[in-house]
Amino acid sequence: MKAKLFSTSVSADPAHWVAKYADYLYSYAVSRLEDTDLCRDLVQETFLAALERLNDFKGESSERTWLTAILKYKVIDVYRKRNTAWLLSGGSPDGEPEYFESDNGHWKEAYAPQAMGIEGEDATTRKELAGILEKCLKRLPALWFAVFSMKHLDELKAEAICRELKVTPSNYWVILHRAKVNLRACIQKEWR
Amino acid sequence: MGTIKKIQYNCRHATLLIEKRQEKPLTLKERVQLAIHLAGCSVCRLYLRQSRVIGRALQHLFGRSGERGYTLDEQVKRDMQEKINERL
Repeated sequence: MKAKLFSTSVSADPAHWVAKYADYLYSYAVSRLEDTDLCRDLVQETFLAALERLNDFKGESSERTWLTAILKYKVIDVYRKRNTAWLLSGGSPDGEPEYFESDNGHWKEAYAPQAMGIEGEDATTRKELAGILEKCLKRLPALWFAVFSMKHLDELKAEAICRELKVTPSNYWVILHRAKVNLRACIQKEWR
Repeated sequence: MGTIKKIQYNCRHATLLIEKRQEKPLTLKERVQLAIHLAGCSVCRLYLRQSRVIGRALQHLFGRSGERGYTLDEQVKRDMQEKINERL
């Protein structure tokens, strides 16, 4: 009797999932993927996947945490599918300029960083920078956006990001480096 | 080109170390390489300052987007719950 009571108190309650968690899960996905139609589908898929795994829910974490974990894998799957293997191994996307000389690694003259006046970080430039940054982030290949969102939104350490994206640490640094150099170049271009 | 010369001029390597250093401590060898490079390269010193500013701006931007809530259309939600109920 006691055992039964316990098992009811921790069982999932799918009849109220949408009302309780849909907006939360949807926000989680949108802040990581931006594509709202896709995010809506992912939320639906998350609920259906969770239904099939109801027995896995042991009540050790909250329902919300459990559902978020399922959604998280779906988001990472999107990141991985959107990128061909060469991006994951540290390559750059089509049309991406080579910022450094191939023989000695020096900045190419056309791409060498120039002072923008963002270095001082006063309130006005910070605001302006945020707007440009948002614009430039939208242009990044999904994988590069993913790395930034995992790093800054999920606050994951390098090791955890490598595990989730299934990349080696040395590839991770190359990916992060390329992404940041690209982002900086975009900001410089947009800055006036 | 000698090793020192190679490091001195390799901005690609130096900027990668700059990114790495913002996340984890560099090895002694990497620290020496970066110090030698930065001592002689004003462009990478500038990159370093800008990279940090951009890093903080990213932190701020993502911090805000995490707080921002998005809501699904009520009709979409009803459809979702219906699909769940069909399978219960």
